[in-house]
Amino acid sequence: MSAARGQRRSGSEDNVTMRRGENVLSFPSASPAVPATARVFDAARYRADFPILAQSVHGKPLVYLDNAASAQKPRQVIDAVALFDSTDYANIHRGVHSLSQRATAAFEASRDRVQRFLNAADRKEIIFVRGTTEGINLVAQSFARTVLHLGDEIVISALEHHSNIVPWQMVCRERGAVLRVIPMTDDGELILDAYEKLLGPRTRLVSLVHVSNALGTVNPVGEMITRAHAHGIPVLLDGAQAVPHIPVDVQGLDCDFYTFSSHKLYGPSGVGVLYGKAALLDMMPPYQGGGEMISAVTFEKTFYKGLPGKFEAGTPNITGVVGLGAAIDYVDSVGLDPIGAYEHELLQYATEQLQRIPQVRIIGTARDKAAVLSFIIEGIHPHDVGTILDLEGIAVRAGHHCAQPVMQRFAIPATTRASFAFYNTPAEVDALVTGVRKVLEVFA
Amino acid sequence: MNDELRELYQDVIIEHSKRPRNFRPLAEPAHRADGFNPLCGDTVTVYVDVNDDVVRDVSFQGHGCAISTASASVMTEMLKGKTREQAEHLFHTFHDLVTGQAPDSDPDRLGKLAVFAGVNEFPARVKCATLCWHTARAAIEGQEEPVSTE
Repeated sequence: MSAARGQRRSGSEDNVTMRRGENVLSFPSASPAVPATARVFDAARYRADFPILAQSVHGKPLVYLDNAASAQKPRQVIDAVALFDSTDYANIHRGVHSLSQRATAAFEASRDRVQRFLNAADRKEIIFVRGTTEGINLVAQSFARTVLHLGDEIVISALEHHSNIVPWQMVCRERGAVLRVIPMTDDGELILDAYEKLLGPRTRLVSLVHVSNALGTVNPVGEMITRAHAHGIPVLLDGAQAVPHIPVDVQGLDCDFYTFSSHKLYGPSGVGVLYGKAALLDMMPPYQGGGEMISAVTFEKTFYKGLPGKFEAGTPNITGVVGLGAAIDYVDSVGLDPIGAYEHELLQYATEQLQRIPQVRIIGTARDKAAVLSFIIEGIHPHDVGTILDLEGIAVRAGHHCAQPVMQRFAIPATTRASFAFYNTPAEVDALVTGVRKVLEVFA
Repeated sequence: MNDELRELYQDVIIEHSKRPRNFRPLAEPAHRADGFNPLCGDTVTVYVDVNDDVVRDVSFQGHGCAISTASASVMTEMLKGKTREQAEHLFHTFHDLVTGQAPDSDPDRLGKLAVFAGVNEFPARVKCATLCWHTARAAIEGQEEPVSTE
């Protein structure tokens, strides 16, 4: 099967190149003025890097629109992982033999890579974890458990994924603390006046999603961090849905913790990153005990390692970390600014096209959104939509997206969610729209 | 239209999903049981009025996809007037049909249930079809614990 086959879809298939800020396709509504130096984004070229996309599902070219759940991997990541496992793999640190030293070098090079990617001040502020969920749990069990006392408060938002709700409920229950929730508008934007009122002398931490997985809302995190810091309150950002779409500068944001997953950034699953300011990480107790995180152990007493080892007990996902480094290299070679601009065009196009279908209602209409289009079709359950789209070769997610409180806020059980990556094309948006019309036909 | 699609979304299923039969509560002393699919959030409540070992009346409420709604609707039609034993037998017949285990192909025994034969091609949707049956079974047996597909 040729790599190009997955793109063959409709009449516009050969014209998947878009210029930043401009629609080179005959989109229904023209975008604002085009900068003369607008950069051409060649989605077809990058798409060819992703071997999995060149396949058929139920006899139709695969249209992969489930990127917010997990993104696909480019050949560059697949090859880097295979090469590492074929030539350099061994357990890291403490090894005196050559393979262990090469594996350690590759592993630690990924830490440097992540440091630059997030613009962290120091490489020891980069902790490798299993994913965003573990990053949040680490802060909950190590930081929050230490600072929380009876009646203290943690602030989260109405947009959170279950992984940024449940760890706080657990630690709040244990410490007798209270979880407070920033409300949102019908558009899916957090209400900042209400946020301001939630910040008080008992608030010990704000833990906030950067980009909502269910609605795509990009939260004004810079402004929200400034407000929290005005009260001396540290802020954790859940960046799982942000890092694939938005350049993140943790020093620029001045966030205290930032966490994300490799598998949403075109890297392997089972590995992620927790960034924390060194001053905070230093005062926090270890999260798990074991090998790797100690400097000396006797049966009477153990001395812990410094950062980052203190938080990396046990043999880590060595290959996964190497793969994450390769994924960051790949994303950097494409460029997050052009990626974000192109995805914005796709999202706008998809929004306009779906809005033309009267039975469709888009859930999440914030002014600032990233790559996620959640919708419901009047009278038709999202699971039926998902099954019918799958038979058309279109992969979307149907359900509550691990964000049941978001669904409750909109009084719906579930949505259908199409989420985009830079390898998706306008022709695939057309396929989605055609698929949605087919759903309506089945239920006519 | 795609054959697989038609096989799953038969006209009877679409019709029952839009106009479910016996979609109402039953007053006590009828038994009720709640069913929940944590994977998708589907909920169903099944009410049964069992008297002298016979299901005199059965109804349901809840929300879910077309498959789960149609399954519950058809189920209420099938169960009415059945003895406990016959109901139990129907439960197994239906379960085997949608999971593709030794499906009973006798159209007389399957009756309207036959329209759900296509579900076994869609493993992700089997629980949508079976949740109401598990819940009905719990209601008939007077079980109080909510039924979960997980």
